[in-house]
Amino acid sequence: MVAESPSPTHGFPGRLFVFEGLDGSGKSTQAALLGKWLQSQGYRVFFTEWNSSELTAATIRRGKKKNLLTPTTFSLLHATDFADRFERKILPPLRAGYVVVCDRYAYTAFVRDAARGCDPMWVRNIYSFAPRPDMVFYFRVPVSVTLRRKIASRLKINYYEAGMDLGLSDDLHESYERFQTRLKQEYDRIARTDGFTVIDSGRTVETIQSELRGYVGSILQNFPTGETLMHDG
Amino acid sequence: MTDRTYGTRLPGLTEESLGGKLIVIEGADGSGRTTEVALLREWLEVEGHAVVDTGLRRSTLVAEEIDRAKQGHTLGATTMALLYAVDFADQLENKIVPALAAGSTVLADRYVYTLMARAVVRGASREWARRLYGFALRPDLVIFLEARPEILLHRAISKYGSLDYWESGMDLSLSRDLFESFFAYQDRLSKEFAWVGSEYGFHRVDANRRPEQVHEDVRALVAPLYGGSRSAARPRPPVSRPRPRAAAG
Repeated sequence: MVAESPSPTHGFPGRLFVFEGLDGSGKSTQAALLGKWLQSQGYRVFFTEWNSSELTAATIRRGKKKNLLTPTTFSLLHATDFADRFERKILPPLRAGYVVVCDRYAYTAFVRDAARGCDPMWVRNIYSFAPRPDMVFYFRVPVSVTLRRKIASRLKINYYEAGMDLGLSDDLHESYERFQTRLKQEYDRIARTDGFTVIDSGRTVETIQSELRGYVGSILQNFPTGETLMHDG
Repeated sequence: MTDRTYGTRLPGLTEESLGGKLIVIEGADGSGRTTEVALLREWLEVEGHAVVDTGLRRSTLVAEEIDRAKQGHTLGATTMALLYAVDFADQLENKIVPALAAGSTVLADRYVYTLMARAVVRGASREWARRLYGFALRPDLVIFLEARPEILLHRAISKYGSLDYWESGMDLSLSRDLFESFFAYQDRLSKEFAWVGSEYGFHRVDANRRPEQVHEDVRALVAPLYGGSRSAARPRPPVSRPRPRAAAG
């Protein structure tokens, strides 16, 4: 009989894995691959990504388009969006004993809001409803690499992503680089304080994925799969 | 600049001279807030002060989203609390701060205190709510219109012909009966208001009386803010700070 023991970090029956890093660090690709693998192993998996909530998406879009947002409203609006996603999508599966994989979590807000000048303690308090994950993978990558990927993918760099609201530079690319550098510095800093597992992004997809499976596999030792649960009643 | 706010710096707030006065009228639905705001505004304008009024759920950014969410009754408590915080922050930055900088008096029909009390009644910790609104400007004066639940009930019924879903706290499932839920909810709210009031230095006014009587007391509280001089650029009077406290339950 496989018992579902609560997580030592957050106390819920499920397990929570978080992927963090700059845009273009490769974390989304890896998170999706990991989800696939977990499913193939028979675990009950729930996968979720930032900004997938419908509630505030329209407001965020509108606010961004019209550049109506200040650092404070930007921060609070994203917190609202996260809370909705958390209350609806993350907490229920966590309580139901799922393996929850999150592409971005509260740390994205810590980093982004700090770079915009919000008081970090204020931001941390807002997100204090979000439990500490079992493991946070931080995809560490040089800013120059993410910029190259961005340009190669021909995706438009948007105003807020480039931190244009901060007036760092009138040039979009330069502003993007400076803003992303700030984000990276903040990520590097909290990687230590929050005990992130740092993943060197400059390797092949396969190498990174196998490293991740090693980490996750060791945490999920003795964690029941959906099949064993069903079998045991 | 954290002395202007409740402890958290508001990015972008650099005005050394927010010369205007910020006056807040708090109180439950049916306590006579709206009437009092109108009377106070009239009086202040006659006295020669420029007045801008503000309230909850009036931001251009998310007021519609809040209305829609309330109709659907589907949002979690934390999400709803944060959505109100966006609404407040938007009005603070785009309406209240500019008006104060221009030397106007801002008359707020409810402020962060209502939002804190509602969030705590719905399960948030007091500490979370207090810190969430750490960026709010400290008002020059907070007046709390205090009325007995029976009075609130009669006013609500005579005004709307029925009880409001949200003002009765029906989302809390305290009772399936609207009437019972109303009393249970108002009871919880008034407990939270008692906490918020002592923390943030409310001036209580007995609102069980007729509007003219209430207004007389309100005027007596407001008048000293403008005492002696009409100049809007006078330094703001000291406002009591919330006592630092350990994490409250």
